[in-house]
Amino acid sequence: MSKQEYTVTVYTENQVGLLNRIAIIFSRRKINIDSLNTSPSEVAGVHRFTIVINETEDVVRKLCRQIEKQVEVLKAYYNTNDEIVWQELAMYKVPTDVIAEKVKVERLLREYGARAVAIRKDYIVFETSGHREEIDALIKALEPFGLIEFVRSARVAIIKTSNGFHEKLKEFEYREPSEEVIENEYLNETEKEKIFSM
Amino acid sequence: METIHKIKSNTSEQKTSKPPLQGTERENISGSEAVMRALACEKVDTIFGYPGGAIMPIYDALYDHVKKVNHILVRHEQGAIHAAQGYARTSGKVGVVFATSGPGATNLVTGLADAMIDSTPVVCVTGQVYAHLLGTDAFQETDVINITTPVTKWNYQVTDATEIPSVMAKAFYIAGSGRPGPVVIDITKNAQLQKFDFDGYKKIDHIRSYRPKPIVRKKYVEEAAKLINSAEKPFVIFGQGVILGKAENEFKQFIEKGGLPTAWTIMGMSAIPTDHPLAVGMLGMHGNYGPNVLTNDCDVLIAVGMRFDDRVTGRLDKYAKQAKVIHLDIDPAEIDKNVKTTVSVWGDCKETLPLLTELIEQKVHPQWLERFHEFQKKEEETCIIPELNPTSETLSMGEVIKLLNELTHGDAVMVTDVGQHQMVACRYTKLNHTKSNITSGGLGTMGFALPAAIGAKFGAPNRTVIAVIGDGGFQMTIQELGTVMQSQVNIKIIVLNNNFLGMVRQWQQLFHDRRYSFVEISSPDFVQVAKGYHIDGRCVSKREELNDALTAMLDHKGPYVLEVMVGKENNVFPMVPQGCSVAEIRLK
Repeated sequence: MSKQEYTVTVYTENQVGLLNRIAIIFSRRKINIDSLNTSPSEVAGVHRFTIVINETEDVVRKLCRQIEKQVEVLKAYYNTNDEIVWQELAMYKVPTDVIAEKVKVERLLREYGARAVAIRKDYIVFETSGHREEIDALIKALEPFGLIEFVRSARVAIIKTSNGFHEKLKEFEYREPSEEVIENEYLNETEKEKIFSM
Repeated sequence: METIHKIKSNTSEQKTSKPPLQGTERENISGSEAVMRALACEKVDTIFGYPGGAIMPIYDALYDHVKKVNHILVRHEQGAIHAAQGYARTSGKVGVVFATSGPGATNLVTGLADAMIDSTPVVCVTGQVYAHLLGTDAFQETDVINITTPVTKWNYQVTDATEIPSVMAKAFYIAGSGRPGPVVIDITKNAQLQKFDFDGYKKIDHIRSYRPKPIVRKKYVEEAAKLINSAEKPFVIFGQGVILGKAENEFKQFIEKGGLPTAWTIMGMSAIPTDHPLAVGMLGMHGNYGPNVLTNDCDVLIAVGMRFDDRVTGRLDKYAKQAKVIHLDIDPAEIDKNVKTTVSVWGDCKETLPLLTELIEQKVHPQWLERFHEFQKKEEETCIIPELNPTSETLSMGEVIKLLNELTHGDAVMVTDVGQHQMVACRYTKLNHTKSNITSGGLGTMGFALPAAIGAKFGAPNRTVIAVIGDGGFQMTIQELGTVMQSQVNIKIIVLNNNFLGMVRQWQQLFHDRRYSFVEISSPDFVQVAKGYHIDGRCVSKREELNDALTAMLDHKGPYVLEVMVGKENNVFPMVPQGCSVAEIRLK
């Protein structure tokens, strides 16, 4: 099995220390996290982690089970890049005089769909969003013109086939413990589409 | 498209904090008192602990409750948590520990790791510095939550007393349910002192993000049954899951109906009587010959409540490759973790086993079972007889255990430490009752046995508790003799002394050309040490004294230390050398 990029989406309770609990699942196995984002989700009170790693599916599946095992984790999914819509946001600080003087730069920024978010006498901050390659391409293009500072955000991703977490959460929330709980329903269905394969 | 609907976040905490019951006045109590009330509601009868600055308010509250709850003062916090583990393992209840902040809490870490890997339910309450001092490197401050995160099932820091009832309820529920494990509740001193309106303690049995029991899928039970029914050489291996799930009867009915040869892991041992007609022995590196070799010969391998530890599987890519594997486990993360299963039945084996038993055919496999017995005979000739009836001048560990079996008739609780004596004891001990084998299986914690035996005795006060310990491990937590003394814990301690760190020495002999690097260990006069603690004891080295000494130990009223001098360079066999398959097990 070969390694590839996987995006792990984790729905959790919002609790201090949970980030550490999840992060050590990776670090314990000496797996590097390429990108990590935490944010609110579509459901109030539920947090969403988006974690990008480069690993084999076998490893990712086991990681997701270890993540789901944590008491405050509601659900963990993993997806390949073609199963998600994803974006990263980047900001570039460029000297104003260069931009003002060189028409070429302006054309470049248009081409990459960059937007100015701060304009000052000495520098301008542009932002752009997209896939990593697109963002990286703009850095390359801007470098000769004196790129002062650059920063890129973690990946955020939407799972194409997901119906959101509302229904799922209702199951988690309102079921009395004695009732049947549907979980890990995908555990044994490896033949099934890889989406939601936990 | 529907717009985002807001679902009210209905956390379990909110769920549990219902309005106070009618007729009960809201009481104004301290956080510490709330801790004690929580313990009372959880029916905690024993606490193992050690006081200190940051937990003093809780100890102050404890002072008012000493009639209802027994606090055992240990000599080191590691002793407290191992004792709580021993207590949990013999009683089937949650063990409770009190420790102070800083060094008190860090001393718990080994025990937490041990409880985590061996799925032992323990709730540790640690004191913490005042909330306003957090992160200031205050006296006896450590970041307990972050230190213990990898070795706890759940942990939580309380800085406000009002949280205490719901957090304690969560702690007990999480520690004891599903696959059990240790929980740390770190309570800052201000929260312990803080007065608040207490509106009762409610036990919980639901946390929305926590699924202790997976649902049972009948489909997979049916598939598993089909496989078992078609098997000609079925083989059952089981672990502690059977004991933790309190499913010993269900398990027995299952193997008896199917006529299934059955072997245990070290943690599963005693779930069925060791002399059950279908029992074929122990798995693993120093397990029995037949079950190891025939793992690679069976056609259906049925694993119940066990996790395919590397000490059980040996080389994984040569493990049971010919077999269809059925895995019953409560923890979905264990399925396919080490061994790929053909059918996985996840769920509580208390629920899954009866379903499976109903679907399997009543069968016997006499020829297949006979093969185990053939291997047993070979093992007896080469390993067992020389170990149990040695011709050497020096005593062997095995003959001590053999005599012990004759004297206890298999009714005692056997607590072992880690090393050669542990393997010998677990190989040869006869046990008739469940929850009788208390050992550190996953973590292999030397120093476990003495404190664990103390706890085991409190968990099973009417049973004889025997701790079998090596001379190395005994010296790691020997200070707990003080606990034995002070609390008059009636445990029998057998120290098997070979003047070596025997297991490491055995490996150095076999794999490092006898380069005995720092394995020769000297010991104090253990009998004199025991005397210093007002504990009676005796040391024997002659065969003819052994029976008498063991009888005297068992008949003695109160704790006893029996030191037995055994052969210095005896080895434990059979052995699956590291990196070899289970079929390559060596008899010598």
